Amino acid sequence: MKRWLPFEWIAAVKFLYEGRLQTLFIAGGVAIGVAVIVFMSAMLAGLETNFIKRVLTSQPQIQLLPPDQVARPLRNGAGEFEDATIQRPSQRILSIDQWPKIRDHMQSMPDVMVVSPTMTGSALAIRGDASRAISIAGIEPATYFKIVRVQDYIVAGELRLTSEDIIIGTQLAKDLGATVGDKLNIQVASGANRVLTITGIADFGNKGVNQRNTFVVLRTAQSLLGMIGGVTTIDLTVRDIYSAESLARQIQAANPVQADSWIKTNAQFFTAVQAQKNSNTLIRVFVALSVAFGIAAVLVVSVIQRSKDIGILRAMGARRGQILRVFLLQGGLLGFIGSIFGSAMGAGALIYWHAIERQADGTELFPLVLERQLFVLAIVLATATGLVAATAPALRAAGLDPVAAIRG
Amino acid sequence: MADDIIKLDKVCKVYNPGQPSETEVLHDIDLSLASGEFVALIGPSGSGKSTLLNIIGLLDKPTSGRLMIKGQDTNFLGEAEITRLRGHTIGFVFQYHYLISAFTALENVMMPMLVDRGFPSAEIEKRARDLLIRVGLEKVSGHLAMNMSGGQQQRVAIARALAMQPDLILADEPTGNLDTKSADSVFALMREFNQESGASYLIVTHNMELARRCDRIISVVDGRIDIGRPYA
Repeated sequence: MKRWLPFEWIAAVKFLYEGRLQTLFIAGGVAIGVAVIVFMSAMLAGLETNFIKRVLTSQPQIQLLPPDQVARPLRNGAGEFEDATIQRPSQRILSIDQWPKIRDHMQSMPDVMVVSPTMTGSALAIRGDASRAISIAGIEPATYFKIVRVQDYIVAGELRLTSEDIIIGTQLAKDLGATVGDKLNIQVASGANRVLTITGIADFGNKGVNQRNTFVVLRTAQSLLGMIGGVTTIDLTVRDIYSAESLARQIQAANPVQADSWIKTNAQFFTAVQAQKNSNTLIRVFVALSVAFGIAAVLVVSVIQRSKDIGILRAMGARRGQILRVFLLQGGLLGFIGSIFGSAMGAGALIYWHAIERQADGTELFPLVLERQLFVLAIVLATATGLVAATAPALRAAGLDPVAAIRG
Repeated sequence: MADDIIKLDKVCKVYNPGQPSETEVLHDIDLSLASGEFVALIGPSGSGKSTLLNIIGLLDKPTSGRLMIKGQDTNFLGEAEITRLRGHTIGFVFQYHYLISAFTALENVMMPMLVDRGFPSAEIEKRARDLLIRVGLEKVSGHLAMNMSGGQQQRVAIARALAMQPDLILADEPTGNLDTKSADSVFALMREFNQESGASYLIVTHNMELARRCDRIISVVDGRIDIGRPYA
């Protein structure tokens, strides 16, 4: 008998040990429940991290655009309009008004990490007889590549951009039969054109993007699109990606720009993530409930089986509180022991699943995220569930009349 | 008497009062037990012996009347005080031994002291070992109840009842399930402890031969003390 263990712990451990087959089965049940929760939580967290990483490394978290141009109705006086119908004007490509000042303001904001001005527009890429419509993004490589990690997607050539260079996608390279070092004639609607050298070919994981997206330096885009010194967007990354929408609203309210967050532009994706989280929570609740009912059922039976022991302990002078604690502890211990094994099983299953499940291109389906916090939380919650589940049987045990208990 | 360990004054026990199944089990019981007395409680089955023993042992409450233990009226005690008084003053030996099956013989003897103090200690363990030596069971101190004979289990139960050095031992047919030899040995052991410690013993028994070896015989018939005509 361990000297440092109080009576309640000694009795709880001895009772669990004596009914070890029963203990083994219910602890096994708890372990399976906890394993499912750990496995699902870790896998879904990994998948979410992966999705978010993919979304956020291929687009800015907040994009500042010039506000939409609107036609204002002419008025003769208060409430009296000149024309009844107002036609929406076509949206010309405009530079953001006073963009250097806005950029500096953005850089001074503590929640903003990277600021990069860009000039985007449409053009035609021509090589010999072949031509394809493309989207040109004129960028400042030093800052832009911190926002969109083009370097991660380069499959040929290198990430080098001078005023004579262009980086294109794999599909465009295939369509034009071009490779690194080849020259492309880039022509815009106004008739201006430049001949640029392909320095890198990137695979963004999407055929449409690989066909359309190209990158040049900001000055090249400005001169091609006839907007010297202008930018069409200012791209930002922020410290807390989930506060991007509120930050965007704040920026829009304080500056003459339209601010779109990644949350707004990827609303469908965000809904999917939320739905996934909700279903995960629901599964966790039901697994926890089944674990709790399992523990409670076993302890109810245990109280009936041990009624004579309870009666004897009461006859010896055991207080109701002591009996209550003996059974509460059994519930807590079942939850604790089950969750230790369950955490190990969940982690093992996750490592195995991570090793065998691959994407079509051979990369991992989800990053292996095994945070200590998840295991600690699973163990704490399972132990608490065990304690709560044991409450009813423990109250019943503590309330037993000693005479009736001894008589059985 | 000042040195009465227990005194019952017009104790009645009614089960299911006010209901059609109302049963009066004990009627106006007046009884006292002096310190160091070794008393047999006899009576036919259903006469109310066990109910009386449970009331004296503070496991049950009388419907009316007073129970005094060491001069203290138990009617005025709360549940916690009753539990404490029971643990410190009374030791129980039951017919079916009722050792806690999850514990060894030594742990069973330690249990009343452990319940009282909360934590095990060298002192508790030493006292339990000494008691097991006294009942001749030091060799089976590590055995679980199921690995001991009925006689051995009853000896462990006696050692357990003595663990808190109580003033009163209540034994409900302690030899009822034992063969003659074991019954004699268990009875002799209780008598020996009674003479050594000066604790009072109240023993429910159907064995008249053993009852006659007690200091006094109290007969209960139909819920009343029947001093004149001992049940035989």
